[in-house]
Amino acid sequence: MNRIESRFFRLQQAGRTGLIPFVTAGDPAPEHAVALMHALVAAGADLIELGVPFSDPMADGPVIQHASERAIARGVGLGDVLRWVAQFRQHDADTPVVLMGYLNPIELHGYARFAQDAAKAGVDGVLIVDCPLEESAVLEPLRAAGLQQILLAAPTTAPARMVKLCEAARGFLYYVSFAGITGAARLSTADIAARVAEVRAVAKAPVAVGFGVRDAASAKAIAGFADAVVIGSALVERLAGATEADEIAARAHAFLAPIRAALDVP
Amino acid sequence: MPATQDFHRWPDAHGRFGAYGGSYVAETLMAPLAELTEAYQRLRQDPDFLAELDRDLKYYVGRPSPIYHAERLSQHVGGAQILLKREDLNHTGAHKINNTIGQALVARRMGKRRVIAETGAGQHGVASATVAARFGMKCVVYMGAVDIERQKINVYRMKLLGAEVVPVTSGSKTLKDALNEAMRDWVTNVADTFYIIGTVAGPHPYPQMVRDFNAIVGREAREQMLEGYGRLPDAITACVGGGSNAIGLFHAFLNDAGVRIVGAEAAGEGIATGRHAASLAAGRPGVLHGNRTYVLCDDKGQVTETHSVSAGLDYPGVGPEHAFLKDAGRAEYVGVTDDEALEAFHLLARTEGILAALESSHAVAQAMKLAREYPKDALVLCNLSGRGDKDVHTIAAREGITL
Ligand SMILES: Cc1ncc(COP(=O)(O)O)c(C=O)c1O
Repeated sequence: MNRIESRFFRLQQAGRTGLIPFVTAGDPAPEHAVALMHALVAAGADLIELGVPFSDPMADGPVIQHASERAIARGVGLGDVLRWVAQFRQHDADTPVVLMGYLNPIELHGYARFAQDAAKAGVDGVLIVDCPLEESAVLEPLRAAGLQQILLAAPTTAPARMVKLCEAARGFLYYVSFAGITGAARLSTADIAARVAEVRAVAKAPVAVGFGVRDAASAKAIAGFADAVVIGSALVERLAGATEADEIAARAHAFLAPIRAALDVP
Repeated sequence: MPATQDFHRWPDAHGRFGAYGGSYVAETLMAPLAELTEAYQRLRQDPDFLAELDRDLKYYVGRPSPIYHAERLSQHVGGAQILLKREDLNHTGAHKINNTIGQALVARRMGKRRVIAETGAGQHGVASATVAARFGMKCVVYMGAVDIERQKINVYRMKLLGAEVVPVTSGSKTLKDALNEAMRDWVTNVADTFYIIGTVAGPHPYPQMVRDFNAIVGREAREQMLEGYGRLPDAITACVGGGSNAIGLFHAFLNDAGVRIVGAEAAGEGIATGRHAASLAAGRPGVLHGNRTYVLCDDKGQVTETHSVSAGLDYPGVGPEHAFLKDAGRAEYVGVTDDEALEAFHLLARTEGILAALESSHAVAQAMKLAREYPKDALVLCNLSGRGDKDVHTIAAREGITL
């Protein structure tokens, strides 16, 4: 079993909702990137989504755009991200890591080489925002290397296509809670509850819900009908500007702990 | 001489031109793109729609645009005869309106009341604001903060036409970032909004749709050549930013193997300096803005900042069909520097009384180079994609003149 699958299996057995924090790799401080990953786990993360900085993040709002720009300005690239995951793996063999980003950095790294390097580093899955199912033939080497392509589904996804996505989903299916960019605040739980229920009925993979989750209350609202919640922009915003490892860990903890607690209240 | 393959059969059903093109977008946009593809594939064969488009092109845009024999320029160069396809004479002063009229008609038939656009030089923004005013639609134009500064006149034109101009301050604050921001708007407002992309880039069906709407340029030109000169030109050339005016001219000639096709990219301060926007001449295959194409990026895959004296060519990607034509060897893509373009601008102004857009001046410079390679009885057809009024301030500033 892949690390993502076994993590969700255990969550389900324990009757818990997964907590998936997203951070942009190398932000707020590249030298503490690995320490931040460990801090996320210590604060209750079940899976880490690590954003690979890209110059043209078309699906991201200002918070993640700026985090990306800051990381790029400090020279962070895909190679660094893979190195950090490998270092993280030396002390954490269990927490799944999913790289989230855009296709061009992987294209330039080379698909076969990326598959090899990522698998070796201990990456478990990749979520490529601008690579829908129809274009994912190029990712074949990743699947061959045991990496899972995390697919997205959206409110605009048509029913027939949703069935296709549910069938193809491996690891987990990421349901985007509203039509928009990351960091927007348009969450309407009533609207998405019914849709997510439909998706969960069809998908064999667990369903994580992201976009618009900002705090314990919104996470808790989602937890009622999802297998996991993803929190990105609000966390990235909270971490921005911190420079020391202690401070970064403290901010991650202060932000995630109440959310973890809210999710764990039955 | 027949062509070695039918170049008119692209894109395929997946929106690919050989290895290029496709739909590399977020899941949220897959449905609206499918809806647009379905609507467009239907409309492009709908006689009613095509008749409506033809009427607007004739009575609103002012088509057909003439081919003008630039005799004094040709004499000055001393080679082949240079012919100019006068897209600068269109309403709003560039080829861009061929596309915006078409897309606005598609938007209207799809029941969309709000249109958005990205713009670099401001020409596409103006052309979008123009058709939005004509059809009573709300229009929002995204424009890089740097471009707003260097294209003030067009910003004001858009406002006069009732559009809202939103400055984009992310990334390099130029055209590519404006495109990102427009995509973000679209993904947020998919239900009522139509995104009018200004060049042959973006996900399928945009490269095809924008090409089709601009292909009128080459269709007219091919007929005008046969009618007025009794033969096809020996070479044709156009400037390539995203590539819409170029593919517009080239498309009708792709299967005429005897016609040499040359695209002029912005070589800025010279390709060797790294300060340029020559994606095809100096880039590599990658994925940007929804399609696979040639991209200017570093080894880490980060898209690099581009430079050109002309805002409309300042783009690190290029339409996927051009990437395909380059690899297929059907078209050549070469760089023209800022200085060469400016020299051509002045020469055309003084020999022919035409102020060309800085973008188009790259094509004129390339036409002059080509003309030198051919004898006097040869014909070089150049797409004069737009007029230069918008650039007067830029040119004056470069020459140290305050107006
Ligand atoms: C007059 C003119 N020509 C050319 C271009 C470049 O675009 P494209 O390569 O899509 O024709 C522009 C873009 O703004 C323009 O205004």
